[in-house]
Amino acid sequence: MDIHASTLSELSAGLAAGEYSSEELTRHYLGRIEQHADLNAFITVLPEQALESARAADQRRREGEAGPLTGIPLAHKDIFCTRGILTTCGSKILSNFKSPYDATVVQRLDAAGMVLLGKTNMDEFAMGSSNETSWYGPCQNPWDESRVPGGSSGGSAAAVAARLAPVATGTDTGGSIRQPAALTGITGLKPTYGRVSRFGMIAFASSLDQGGILALSAEDAAHVLGAMAGFDANDSTSVDRPVPDYAGDIAAADLGGLRIGVPGEFFEEGLDPDVATAVRDALGVLEGLGATLVDVELPHLGLSVPTYYVVAPAEASSNLSRFDGVRYGYRAEGVSDLLDLYRRSRGEGFGAEVKRRIMTGTYALSAGYYDAYYLQAQKVRQLITDDFRKAFTKVDVVMGPTTPTPAFGIGDKTDDPITMYLNDIYTIAANLAGLPAMSVPCGLVEGLPVGLQMVGGHFEESQLLGIAHRYQGATDWHRRMPEGY
Amino acid sequence: MSLTREEVEKIALLARLEISDEEMSGFVENLSNIIDFVEQLAAAPVDGVTPMAHPLDMHQRLRADDVSEADQRDLFQQNAPAVEAGLYLVPRVIE
Amino acid sequence: MDWEVVIGLEVHAQLRTRSKIFSGASTAFGAAPNTQACAIDLGFPGVLPVLNKDVVRMAVRFGLAIDAKISPRSIFARKNYFYPDLPKGYQISQYELPVVEGGHLDITLEDGSTKRIGITRAHLEEDAGKSLHEDFHGMTGVDLNRAGTPLLEIVSEPELRSAGEAVAYLKKMRTLVQYLEICDGNMQEGSLRCDANVSIRPRGEQTLGTRAELKNLNSFRFIEKAIHHEIERQIDVIEGGGKVVQETRLYDSDRDETRSMRSKEEANDYRYFPDPDLLPLVIEPAFVEAEKAALPELPGAKQQRFVDSFGLSTYDAEVLTATREMADYFEAVVDGLGGEPKLAANWVMGDLSGALNRDGLDVARSRIDAAMLAGLLRRIVDKTISGKIAKQVFEAMWAGEGDADTVIESRGLRQITDTGAIETIIDEVMAANPAQLEQYRSGKDKLFGFFVGQVMKATQGKANPQQVNELLRKKLSS
Repeated sequence: MDIHASTLSELSAGLAAGEYSSEELTRHYLGRIEQHADLNAFITVLPEQALESARAADQRRREGEAGPLTGIPLAHKDIFCTRGILTTCGSKILSNFKSPYDATVVQRLDAAGMVLLGKTNMDEFAMGSSNETSWYGPCQNPWDESRVPGGSSGGSAAAVAARLAPVATGTDTGGSIRQPAALTGITGLKPTYGRVSRFGMIAFASSLDQGGILALSAEDAAHVLGAMAGFDANDSTSVDRPVPDYAGDIAAADLGGLRIGVPGEFFEEGLDPDVATAVRDALGVLEGLGATLVDVELPHLGLSVPTYYVVAPAEASSNLSRFDGVRYGYRAEGVSDLLDLYRRSRGEGFGAEVKRRIMTGTYALSAGYYDAYYLQAQKVRQLITDDFRKAFTKVDVVMGPTTPTPAFGIGDKTDDPITMYLNDIYTIAANLAGLPAMSVPCGLVEGLPVGLQMVGGHFEESQLLGIAHRYQGATDWHRRMPEGY
Repeated sequence: MSLTREEVEKIALLARLEISDEEMSGFVENLSNIIDFVEQLAAAPVDGVTPMAHPLDMHQRLRADDVSEADQRDLFQQNAPAVEAGLYLVPRVIE
Repeated sequence: MDWEVVIGLEVHAQLRTRSKIFSGASTAFGAAPNTQACAIDLGFPGVLPVLNKDVVRMAVRFGLAIDAKISPRSIFARKNYFYPDLPKGYQISQYELPVVEGGHLDITLEDGSTKRIGITRAHLEEDAGKSLHEDFHGMTGVDLNRAGTPLLEIVSEPELRSAGEAVAYLKKMRTLVQYLEICDGNMQEGSLRCDANVSIRPRGEQTLGTRAELKNLNSFRFIEKAIHHEIERQIDVIEGGGKVVQETRLYDSDRDETRSMRSKEEANDYRYFPDPDLLPLVIEPAFVEAEKAALPELPGAKQQRFVDSFGLSTYDAEVLTATREMADYFEAVVDGLGGEPKLAANWVMGDLSGALNRDGLDVARSRIDAAMLAGLLRRIVDKTISGKIAKQVFEAMWAGEGDADTVIESRGLRQITDTGAIETIIDEVMAANPAQLEQYRSGKDKLFGFFVGQVMKATQGKANPQQVNELLRKKLSS
């Protein structure tokens, strides 16, 4: 078996057993990144730095200081600030930006001894569901290169699915980890809002953004989450509560007595019947493992997309005001005055989708419309959150499809923003409610992967990972590799 | 609800975005559609519902009043498009 | 037409913290440009704000001092607009739920009466940087050191009725924030700034006229002048058949005029919304109680105590309590002296304040500390020196010649109180001036002063004046 077919957990064992060094592993993945450069999964590759970190990790291992992640290669979504390294957020406006500091997530995984291979492609400022809004061009889905890998963490998903990296970070504001994980056949985890520090993660919508993981298995995600999560004094919205031993917890997971809520709203029109079948099959497997299925209602789920498309653009319109061509980033040339500097630097620096969202948000917050849009959306957000609260009095976890369809073709939906937005119909609610959620590969539809989504109660990551781990013990969808990789 | 070109131009100015003439008609249509789409929120049963600004019910943590940041001006200004004498330069601001 | 002037003030007090409101960068004044602007202050991608506890403490202290309600829950909002001195493109401020609501400040009017001015609210926000308009090849330079400095914005009710009242309010406000040790009150450095909303209406009219907001009022003198000027401008506009436009006007102290800042107005729509990076600020009753217990004696209470227990006039008490340092100094002098508050008050308000003004010092940096001044005054009380000689001693002490006793000894200024010695000198003076003596004795009483002068001259002013008077009267008439 090729090294890269291994999960992170297996690589960790291989490193511990001395089957290969981190340097060898790193060279292997760097070679694969180069070999599959056409996927356009990476914006920046860091061969020299990666090899240097790998050697340092090997040294650490020789000194007996290695942990489970030491020497494991990793890719960061290019939304995480990395000191001295290009941090673009997929945008022209940051195409020359070298962050002066490391994000907390970057710092923590570095401290765990992980080896940074490079920064992955993404929708510009994480605004997109297909990776097509990236200034660096679309990223391909390794299962079918004419299709999108999903987004916004499309580069991370494609990289892990194509085994160009054993694991990658992502961020999820409305499904940006789960949706690409589903469309590329890998495991994606969006933790509870506040579980992973947002410091150094370039903000899209601050009350929705959460950093997470794209991995080959729940077990891999558990290892990385343990190192990533935890209180950060630099983030006021970070939660000060202990980080469980996720990897230990999932080993002990037992699905006996588990109540799985299945909302009818997740299976209404718009869902591809084959996707529905794959998801129902997965639920059947979980029943077989001891869980019971319970019908639940999320009556306001249908409003989650419009709610999101008020709240997220409103916050984004303000978050993206700092990109003004004054202190860093792209600045238009030959400007006539200050207003011209702002309008042209931003007009030329941002792509169409980002501009659309900034304008939508600006409109929603503007005088005379605030109550009708922003305030109203915040109230509906509460209704959606209450739906989950009620569901969780009856069940432990809520499940359904991650996406309505498998991956669509590059260019298929770019003309119609709303059709594109509806792609996130199942994932957005978890962000609105701040709940942890995962996508786990659960089948292939016409050769394309689809995902089972699981949404848990606040801080129930151990439970979600445990369920996914048991499911992956009983199935092999997560081990399937796209042909040619 | 349909937005007019003038309205979209006003929003673009407020957001400091230059939109070319070619782009403008597309944006007018897109934004009108998006606004139409989110209009469905108006019918939601929100009487007595408290607006939710945060996913978690927590309150602000306070930090001690300590100076923890050293001067890193040179590092920060490596990213700056135009600097002189430690100042960021912008086209002349007229008050 | 008889116009009534309506003024409301917005005071921005920079809070005296070591670090900024949302970052760990220093707030010290006068550093080289952008050396005290960290990644958070500069609005780098990905940075997040965390609120400084002392900022909250100071706001609570202020709220308690003006008898206001401390909001148990307040919200930080973003005020969105683009300007080069505003790195994030929004200012973090408080909008719908400020930390302090309601309250009042009593000001003393020119006629000595007291007027209570309502305070609508006080809220926390971050300061902006500074644009330097010196010519950098036709460009403006931006210094962001000040960005993120904590501000308490204190908004008064529109209850001030003249420029004089506005100045009295601001002076009282400065005294208060200095007492509370939440702001240094330095208007030159911009630690205390003031915008004024000014309108006029026919006297008796209930509805408010259209107001203009005056900015850039950075001294008491400018505030008075700018408001006067603005009132005249508005009267001219209205009496000339025009209408006052709601706008922001900038005071130009060089030209002594206000001019419109329409450029800043253009369709501003600040799009306030709750800052999702910050959570609701919850202030527990225990926190408020602890601050209440730690409050210093406030200027009003101190002033009243000086009147009641020291027998000072209201005016003297107000002057002496204008700053906490001055009041502390005065009380230390009284303590050192073991009484004599009126003598202490006269010296502190007279010679000491004069010397401080002359050298441009504040009382904390006085060349004569309270114990030294008490030492000097003690020598007046025990008649070692006269009040007049004391002024000489004071100047010598100010010049660094040592404490009062050292100066008195080294300069030989001890008062002559020996009756025999004074009598001898009187005899000499009488012998040296026979003509004057004869005139005096023949009824020219006015010459008494001449003899006092001669005796004092002969003793270089050291003879106890009271004794000289008594002995001289006795001798001259014998």
